[in-house]
Amino acid sequence: MNITELEEMARKCRVEICKMVHRAQAGHPGGSLSEIDILCALYGSRLRVQPDNPDWEDRDRFILSKGHASPGMYAVLAEMGFISHADLETYRVKGGVCQGHVDMKWCPGVDFSAGSLGMGLSYGMGCAIAAKLDGSSRNAYVMVGDGEIQEGSIWEAAMAAAHHELGNLKLFLDCNRIQNDDFCETQMRMFDIPAKWNSFGWAVKVIDGHNMSEIVSAIEWMDSITDKPAVVIANTVKGKGVSYMEDNPAFHGAAPSDEQLAIALSELGVNA
Amino acid sequence: MSRMAATRDGYGDALLALAGNPKVVVLEADLGKSTKSLHFRKAHPERTVSCGIGEQNMLLVGAGLASSGYIPFASTFAIFTERAFEQMRNGVARPNLAVHLCGSHGGTHTGTDGSSAQSIEDLAIYRTLPNVVVMHPCDDVSTKALTMQLPELGSPSYMRTARNKTPVLYDGRESEIKIGKGIVVKEGTDVAIIACGVLVHEAMVAAESLESQGVSTTVVDMHTLKPLDTELIDKLAKSCGAIVTAEDHSIIGGLGGAVAEHLITTNPIPMERIGVKDRFGESAGSDEMLEMMELKSQHISDAAKKAIARKV
Ligand SMILES: Cc1ncc(C[n+]2csc(CCOP(=O)(O)OP(=O)(O)O)c2C)c(N)n1
Ligand SMILES: [Mg+2]
Repeated sequence: MNITELEEMARKCRVEICKMVHRAQAGHPGGSLSEIDILCALYGSRLRVQPDNPDWEDRDRFILSKGHASPGMYAVLAEMGFISHADLETYRVKGGVCQGHVDMKWCPGVDFSAGSLGMGLSYGMGCAIAAKLDGSSRNAYVMVGDGEIQEGSIWEAAMAAAHHELGNLKLFLDCNRIQNDDFCETQMRMFDIPAKWNSFGWAVKVIDGHNMSEIVSAIEWMDSITDKPAVVIANTVKGKGVSYMEDNPAFHGAAPSDEQLAIALSELGVNA
Repeated sequence: MSRMAATRDGYGDALLALAGNPKVVVLEADLGKSTKSLHFRKAHPERTVSCGIGEQNMLLVGAGLASSGYIPFASTFAIFTERAFEQMRNGVARPNLAVHLCGSHGGTHTGTDGSSAQSIEDLAIYRTLPNVVVMHPCDDVSTKALTMQLPELGSPSYMRTARNKTPVLYDGRESEIKIGKGIVVKEGTDVAIIACGVLVHEAMVAAESLESQGVSTTVVDMHTLKPLDTELIDKLAKSCGAIVTAEDHSIIGGLGGAVAEHLITTNPIPMERIGVKDRFGESAGSDEMLEMMELKSQHISDAAKKAIARKV
């Protein structure tokens, strides 16, 4: 897909995210809207996967460690054809493939059952080591939130992945500056995030996580690094694309009302 | 219809009410809005310690505070307290430091967040730790009353609260609620249902239905799983001769396990356990989950009949 097509895919996904969370009257729109441009770029331009064969053994892995931002993941999986658009209506519904948090036992195309923060990078490291043992060129891509990197286990994995020179482990950090209760600045200041990853032995690049061409080039940059793990630190806006959700901690885990949904859809270019 | 409330709100109210004690401090792990410690934080930011999303750190910061004469109240979701289980074991329980840990959103009742959030093993694991008091109250009044007693306890505790609302049982009855003392909420002679948390209400509904079928039923709210009110259990074993336990928790190691472990040594009468049958949950509404996991009143009353039928 070219940049314009990726941007259109992201717009459609934003529409689905708002609809899913509205329908369920629960869930996490903010972090889904901040991550979605990166997810679309990755799936639409790079990831080696087969939607009609989701368990293909030699596929690239994508691990959404911030598993609460599942509406974004489901929207992308539907766009890619792993699941149907009708499946999106099962988000948080009994028996549905779209569980509240991404779950590999329920949803085709989901590589890791997340929901507890701080677990995905270690899991990705395991996938990366397995790929090397298999002699495969497949990569493991992981996405974490900025609040999530407060978990100690993230830094255990960061240190270990660099020690083992895992050039096939790639991390996206969704830096939307907000976590559950409030802004990260209030909850836990993290000071110089790029310097931290750098000092842990990672290749580091900082980008605008909503600029599609910057994202696509960053993915190319990541893939060019083969002797150590690489992290793309994406500056993003939580709730990006819906005015009243943008930069608003209240929409970390809250659903829009009927009126608010109508506003969101019109801002996302859906004709009434 | 009785008042409806969530037990986590009782916890939040209690912290605020305890704030007059300058030794009380609150620890958060980015879920204060959810566990309800946020009221304390707003009123007393200087005595609230934000630990970010770092449960393991939070537990041991609590241990350090407790060793220095403070009374720390730490909370997160029940499931994420488990991330810090070994810190609780080695850093809190072993030195017997009075850190009070609250796990909200416990059980399958927490609903559509799905299996990653539905802690069904917390009561079992904390019950295995020496020195640790384990509680799972059923309404906001008892949650508040029990939390208010913790500063006097002098040993660590774990309390599970629930996200969603349930009927309130104890309005105006605060004085009846004591750590370690089960409450007989209804008296009968054929069977005793011993329940905790959100299933106390289901047990009450089951008792009503059993009574209408001529089965005289006792219902006990066993809000404290440890220390267990064994005196009451022995009394019920004698007076009823059959026992059913009910909990929104794994059938392994929780309230049912605790009661069975005791009775096997004193008076092994027929007993049935209602709980999650060694499986994980999924995304569904609170009531749908109780139904799916076979934790509803009809499952409790069926179990009661089964236990009675096993009497010799
Ligand atoms: C171990 C753990 N602790 C707490 C939570 C509860 N929780 C869910 S989302 C969230 C905030 C996450 O913030 P961030 O990583 O920045 O995600 P984003 O802003 O992208 O939504 C918290 C604390 C959790 N899911 N897992
Ligand atoms: Mg964030």
